[in-house]
Amino acid sequence: MSEPILMKGNEAIAEAAVRAGCKFFFGYPITPQNEIPEYMSRRLQEVGGVFVQAESEVSSINMVYGASGAGGRVMTSSSSPGISLMLEGISYIAGAELPCVIVNISRGGPGLGGIQPSQADYFQATKGGGHGDYKLIVYGPSSVQEACDLMVKAFDVADKYRNPVMILGDGMIGQMMEPVVFPGVTSESPALEKPWATCGNEGREPNLITSIHLDPEVLDAHNWKLYEKYKAMERDEVMYESYYEDDSEWFLVAYGTVARICISVMEKMRKEGTKVGLIRPITLWPFPKAAFDEVVDSAKGFLCVEMSTGQMIEDVKLAVEGKTPVYFYGRTGGAVPIPRNIEERVLDMISGKVPVVTDYFDNIHGGGGA
Amino acid sequence: MKPVYLRPKSLTGTVTHYCPGCTHGIAHRLVAEIIDELDMQGKTIGVASVGCSVFAYNYFDVDFQQAAHGRAPAVATGIKRVHPDKVVFAYQGDGDLASIGAAEIVHAAARRENITVIFLNNAIYGMTGGQMAPTTLPGQKTTTSPFGRDTAGQGYPLRMSELLSTVEGAYYIARCSLHNAANIARAKRAIRQAFSNQIQGKGFSMVELLSTCPTNWRMTPGKALEWVEKEMIPVYPLGEFKIGEGE
Amino acid sequence: MNHRIIMAGFGGQGVMLIGTLLTYSGMREGKKVSWLPSYGPEMRGGTANCAVCVSDRPIASPVVTEPSAVIAMNLPSFDKFSKILVTGGSLIINSNLVNVENIREDIKPYRIPANDEAVNLGSERVANMICLGGLLGVEGIVSIDTVIEALPEVIQERYHHLLDLNEEALRCGYEMVQEMK
Ligand SMILES: Cc1ncc(C[n+]2csc(CCOP(=O)(O)OP(=O)(O)O)c2C)c(N)n1
Ligand code: SF4
Ligand SMILES: [Mg+2]
Repeated sequence: MSEPILMKGNEAIAEAAVRAGCKFFFGYPITPQNEIPEYMSRRLQEVGGVFVQAESEVSSINMVYGASGAGGRVMTSSSSPGISLMLEGISYIAGAELPCVIVNISRGGPGLGGIQPSQADYFQATKGGGHGDYKLIVYGPSSVQEACDLMVKAFDVADKYRNPVMILGDGMIGQMMEPVVFPGVTSESPALEKPWATCGNEGREPNLITSIHLDPEVLDAHNWKLYEKYKAMERDEVMYESYYEDDSEWFLVAYGTVARICISVMEKMRKEGTKVGLIRPITLWPFPKAAFDEVVDSAKGFLCVEMSTGQMIEDVKLAVEGKTPVYFYGRTGGAVPIPRNIEERVLDMISGKVPVVTDYFDNIHGGGGA
Repeated sequence: MKPVYLRPKSLTGTVTHYCPGCTHGIAHRLVAEIIDELDMQGKTIGVASVGCSVFAYNYFDVDFQQAAHGRAPAVATGIKRVHPDKVVFAYQGDGDLASIGAAEIVHAAARRENITVIFLNNAIYGMTGGQMAPTTLPGQKTTTSPFGRDTAGQGYPLRMSELLSTVEGAYYIARCSLHNAANIARAKRAIRQAFSNQIQGKGFSMVELLSTCPTNWRMTPGKALEWVEKEMIPVYPLGEFKIGEGE
Repeated sequence: MNHRIIMAGFGGQGVMLIGTLLTYSGMREGKKVSWLPSYGPEMRGGTANCAVCVSDRPIASPVVTEPSAVIAMNLPSFDKFSKILVTGGSLIINSNLVNVENIREDIKPYRIPANDEAVNLGSERVANMICLGGLLGVEGIVSIDTVIEALPEVIQERYHHLLDLNEEALRCGYEMVQEMK
C-alpha cells in the first residue's frame, strides 16, 4: 500500500477520477467545489486529457452527453444550483443510456441559498430530479478516502449499466483535508469496449445516441428495459454499513458527513451504557432496505439525522414499513447537527419524549440548538 | 461650509463588502447618482445578479430582486412588463452576463426590452475565487487557466458590446472604463444616457464598465487600474457602439 | 489522545497553514487526522479558521464544536472561540492583537506577543508559527521535530528560503510557554 497523502476532498476526488481513467471534464465554477475544476484544469493536461470550462452547467452536462456518447470516460462536478440546471441533461443521459459520473458537492438551498454544507439535495438525487422514469446510482461518501474509492467505482458502475452515477457529497467533504491512499488504478487502466459509441461508422452500421421514442409501444418497452436495469442495481449495487446491529435497540440513521457525527455520538453513549447502533447508507439509491430488514424486528426506534428538514427519512420509513417508530432530527442551510443535540434527541426518543414522525410536518427541527 | 461631496440618496450608506480597490463600488455610486439626478429613486427597481454584486440590494436604497445566475435580463423583463412606467435596471458581472446568461442578454436586446443593463466586466469570476471568464484576456492566468488562457481550446475574449450592437433590437450600447477620473466621468454620462433612454421609452440600453478585481488578479489596487488601461482597453476599446437607431 | 483544535485569525495571518502543518505532522506520526476550514466570502478580509483533529482512533467527526485547544490570533477569533473551549482547555492568545483582561477562569490561557516576537525574529509573517509552537509546547499533540521536518513539505517551494525562520519561530513559541506552564 502506498503512503497516505494529505489532500482536500475536492482535489482528492479529482485525482481519483484521473486515476480511474477519466479523460474528459466539463464544468462551470461554483462554490464549494471549485477545487475540482481547478485541479482538473492542471492535471488533465498532464495525462493527455481535456478540460473545458463550459459557459454554464446546462452546457457542461450536454458536453458530457456528447463526450459519453462518443465513448469518452467523462465527468462533471457542480454544487446544488448548478446540478438543478443539469437535470434536463441528466434525464437525457439516462434516457440515452450513457455512462458518466456527476459529482454534487452540495450546499444549502433552495434558490441561491448558501455555500455551507447541506444534505437537502437528497430528493433531487434519488427521486429523479429531472423528468421521466429514471434513476441514478447515488453514493454518499462520509470521508475523503471513501469519496476517492467510490469515485473509481462510480466510473466502472456507470459503464457496467450505461447509466449516470452521482457522488453526493457536501461542502464538508469537499473542503476538508484527510489522508488518502489512492487505489492502484492509473489513467492507463483499460477502458471498456463501447461498441455503441459514435466514433465514425467505418466498417459497420451507424450508431445512434438518442432518447426520443415517439411510438408508445417502443417507449414503453424502453422504460421497462431501464426498469430491469434499475432492478439489477437494487439487487447488486447496494452498499451500507451497520454498527452494533446485534445488540442495539435504538438506531441512528445518517449518511455522509452527518454519519460521522452520529458515530461519535454513538460511541460516547455506548461508553455510558446506552445501547445505540447506527445504519449508514452508502448508496442512497438504491437505498439499503436490507440494513433495516436485519434489525427492524428487534429495534425500538430509528432516529434519522440529516442536514435537511427531512428527506432520507421517507426512505427509512418505507424501509421499516411502519413496524418501528421513526424519529427525526435535522439542521439546514449550513448549520451542522452537533453531537450534544443529537444525544439529547436520542435520549428523548428512548424516554418517549418526542413524537414519532407520522407526517412530514412532524419532523423535529433543530432550530435553537447551539 | 458648503459640502462638495455627498452620498447619493439612492445609496443606503451600508459599508460594502467589496475588496479594497475594487471598482464595483464606483459603479454603484454612478448608478445611484443618476437615479438621484433623474429623480427616480422611488420609481426604480434593481435586479441583482450572481457575482460579487449579489448583495447590491444592501447598498441601493431602492426596491430590488435577486436573480438566478445569468437570468437578470429575464427577471428584469418580467418586472418591466408588470411595471412599464417604472425604471428597471439589471446589474451584472461578466461571468453572469457573457457566460451563463449569454442567451438572456441577447434576447432582451432582441426584444428591445425597455430596461437598462449595467455590465461590470472585470475579465474574471470574482465571487467564486478567480476562475476564467469568457472575457478573460488571452494569456491571462486564472485558477482554471493556470497556464494562461490558451485561445486554442479556451477560446477568445467575448466582446459583448460589439456583439450586442449587431442586434437590431438593441437601442444603446456603450463601453466605458472606471480606471481614472476622466473615464469615470464619461461612464457617468453613458449611464445617464442609458437610464434616460428607458424613461423616454426608447428600449434596451447597456453600459459595459471595465472594472478591476485586484484580489483575483493578484495585484495592488493601483496596479489593477494600470492593468485596465494597458491590457484591457486594447482588447475592449471604449466608445458608443450603437446609438438610437430605429423609431 | 484525542486533540480537537481550532485555529483562527484574520485571513492572511496563516492559520490555515499552521493547521495544515499540524495535520500533516500528525499523519507523519501515524495518527488519525482531519482538517476542516471555514470557506467562502467570510474569508475575504474577515476571519478564517480551521478545525484540526489529531487522535489515536479514527476521527468520527471533523467538526469541532467543543475544542480541547484554541489558537486565537485576533480579537474576533478570541470572542468567538474562547467561549466554546472545554473546561481545562488551552487557549493560545496572540496578545498583540487580543488585549483582554477577563478570560474564563476554567481554562488555561497562554498570552504570547506573537507579532512582536515575529518581528524580532525578522518577519511578522511567522507570528502563526510562534502560536503553533506555543500550542505544541502546552499540548504536545506531535513532537516539534516532526513539525520542523514537515515544514519543507507543507510550505510552498518559493518560500523555502524562509524555512529556518519558520523553524526559529516554532521553537520560540515552544520555549515561551514553558515558563508559563
Ligand atoms: C447556476 C450557478 N452556477 C454557478 C454559480 C456560482 N457562481 C457564483 S458567482 C459566479 C461568477 C460571477 O462572476 P461575474 O459574473 O464575473 O461577477 P464578479 O464576481 O466577477 O463581479 C459563479 C459562477 C451559481 N451561483 N449558480
Ligand atoms: S473579488 Fe474582485 S470583483 Fe469581487 S469584490 Fe473583490 S475585487 Fe471586487
Ligand atoms: Mg467578473
